[in-house]
Amino acid sequence: MALLEIENLHAGIGEIEILKGVSLSVQKGEVHAIMGPNGSGKSTLAHVLAGHTAYTIFEGSINFDGSTLLEMLPEFRARAGLFLSFQHPVEISGVRFDQFLRASYNSIRKSQNEPELDPIQFNKVLKDKLGQFEIDPAFIQRNVNEGFSGGEKKRMEIFQMALLEPKLAILDETDSGLDVDALREVANGINNFRNPDHAIVLVTHYQRILNYLTPDFVHVLMDGRIVKSGNADLARQIEEHGYDDFLEISRTNEK
Amino acid sequence: MTAQKSTSPDSYDKAFSLINPIDIPWVDALRRSAFKKFQELGLPTQRRGNEPWKYTDIRKLAKHEFQPVLEHKTVSDQVVRDHSIIAGPSHLAVFIDGTFSPSHSSVNDLPKGANFSSLASAFHSQDILVEDKISRYSGYKAEAFTALNTAFIEDGAIITLTAGTVVKAPIHLLFITTSHKHEVAIHPRIFVHLEESSSASIIESHTGIQGNVYLSNAVAELLIDSNARLNYYKLQRHPTNAFHITNTEAIVNRDGYFSCVNIDLGGDIVRNNLNTRMAGEGASTKLNGLYLTTDKQHVDNQVIIEHIKGNTRARELYKGILDGQSRSVFHGSIIVREGASGVDAYQVDKNLLLSNQAEADTKPAFWVYTDDVKCGHGAACGQIDDDAVFYLRSRGLDEITARQLLIHGFIAEVIDSIENPDLRDHVSDLVHSKLEQWLLV
Repeated sequence: MALLEIENLHAGIGEIEILKGVSLSVQKGEVHAIMGPNGSGKSTLAHVLAGHTAYTIFEGSINFDGSTLLEMLPEFRARAGLFLSFQHPVEISGVRFDQFLRASYNSIRKSQNEPELDPIQFNKVLKDKLGQFEIDPAFIQRNVNEGFSGGEKKRMEIFQMALLEPKLAILDETDSGLDVDALREVANGINNFRNPDHAIVLVTHYQRILNYLTPDFVHVLMDGRIVKSGNADLARQIEEHGYDDFLEISRTNEK
Repeated sequence: MTAQKSTSPDSYDKAFSLINPIDIPWVDALRRSAFKKFQELGLPTQRRGNEPWKYTDIRKLAKHEFQPVLEHKTVSDQVVRDHSIIAGPSHLAVFIDGTFSPSHSSVNDLPKGANFSSLASAFHSQDILVEDKISRYSGYKAEAFTALNTAFIEDGAIITLTAGTVVKAPIHLLFITTSHKHEVAIHPRIFVHLEESSSASIIESHTGIQGNVYLSNAVAELLIDSNARLNYYKLQRHPTNAFHITNTEAIVNRDGYFSCVNIDLGGDIVRNNLNTRMAGEGASTKLNGLYLTTDKQHVDNQVIIEHIKGNTRARELYKGILDGQSRSVFHGSIIVREGASGVDAYQVDKNLLLSNQAEADTKPAFWVYTDDVKCGHGAACGQIDDDAVFYLRSRGLDEITARQLLIHGFIAEVIDSIENPDLRDHVSDLVHSKLEQWLLV
């Protein structure tokens, strides 16, 4: 059985339909890239998967690891092993990263009937994980994302993913706004996370992050529908010709 | 303030006739003079054209006939412990219904150079300094509640530190008001003088026992000499049917430092006038505040910083969390007098509204009469950021925990500004347990 099975998903904001029938199947260990131009519904798909309450579901179903995802609150999705890396991570004043990460880590452990970690135990886990990243430990003492650059925020999102070890990571435009060095570092983080137990859905506008990590599948999302699926070659095709090639398919689907 | 309408309720004539006489000519004269002034000023129930009271309606307070405390009560050590706030070492002075209670207090262990005395005993010591200083700094001639406090002056605290004296443990002034058959008013009076290069932490804490309505009307005069440092804390957690008015006057001389953290967790109508005069070059002040209001509570902070001398620095940060139909007012005025160049002043008030019916009025203002100053201000009112809640939930935190974390984050800056760790932990616990109650409803 697939880890994630989206069937005929129609969703949007208020009464406006943005996703107009998306179906997608992701197996354990796979990396899927969902590519599309602005406004195609990429971020909507990412947010709907994570359970953002601002979105309306009109039709369709999502099965995640044997559970009916759409019936689950965002925190239960997280505890079940779903992770969203935000396009715009929120800054939270007065809450330190270590404090927030421990609360997050423990909420997931608790749901798995594992004992929660006290600050000393947790700091050890943090320290081990930090060693695998080029992250200044001082960052962890700072308020969540406060005053961080775009690149630093994305790097911290990937760090959180590595720490929480979800079954499925949805990465929403994790590559946007990054310079080459930051992009490489983020891509390395994703590659290190990749293993037969983890699945990744990478939502992106540009092909460039795919220079550093090769997806198993590429899907083109246009106007709320997946209009084409293929392997990594499809991403290169988009790099060369843009999304215009797929406009025709999208229009045909409309009829 | 000229527009304050004279209401002068007769009840105060009756109350004034009931007070315990103090058989010292200057005290008696001061009381009479202040009462006359109070009658002229009246309670500031008129709001139209009366800027300092524009957003605070005290007609509800004015309706009560508050009497002086005539029947003196005792409380158990347990009650004192329950209301005390310091777990660690402190010099405790307990006042029951405004009267100093030596048996509950531990102010005899102050280091050499530091002196505590109750106001009542100081009156009788005929210390000329007391006569010289009491009411010299507080403007009872212009402020009705200060006039009322001065008219009913009876007891309080006098703390003096001679030059160079350092008091490490905080001096904790604990005012507990008990419930009486009549609606009573207590008028605590505090005078602090830190001589040159001395330093102390003082906690003025007001609390009470749930029961009949009462008025707590405190006045504090704080004199900080050159290079002296005063960390002052005001913590108020009256029952929610009590009225609480404070007038705090601080004078900070050359290179002196004054910090004040004002925390309001209880009360019905609460009004804090905090006036800080930067009277010497190089003086600096840090004024922080936190208020948590719910139901129909009303908390009003009027904070005036007057930069008389140049190269003085002020930082002001007030934060409020409002639930229910509660209301807060913040009116911050920073005045920079002519010739006071090199002033660096910044004031911020931020409010988090947890309910649609809560209202925060915030008005930071500057009055600058000189060039070469650096001044800034900010104000904000908002609700909990839904995107931040979602961010935390997407990491596994349930909604209530997420909201709690965000609220605690919002006020962390003010809590962290409490330098004394015991007090900080205590305030943090009080605030957290209060918020927990609200969020779980």
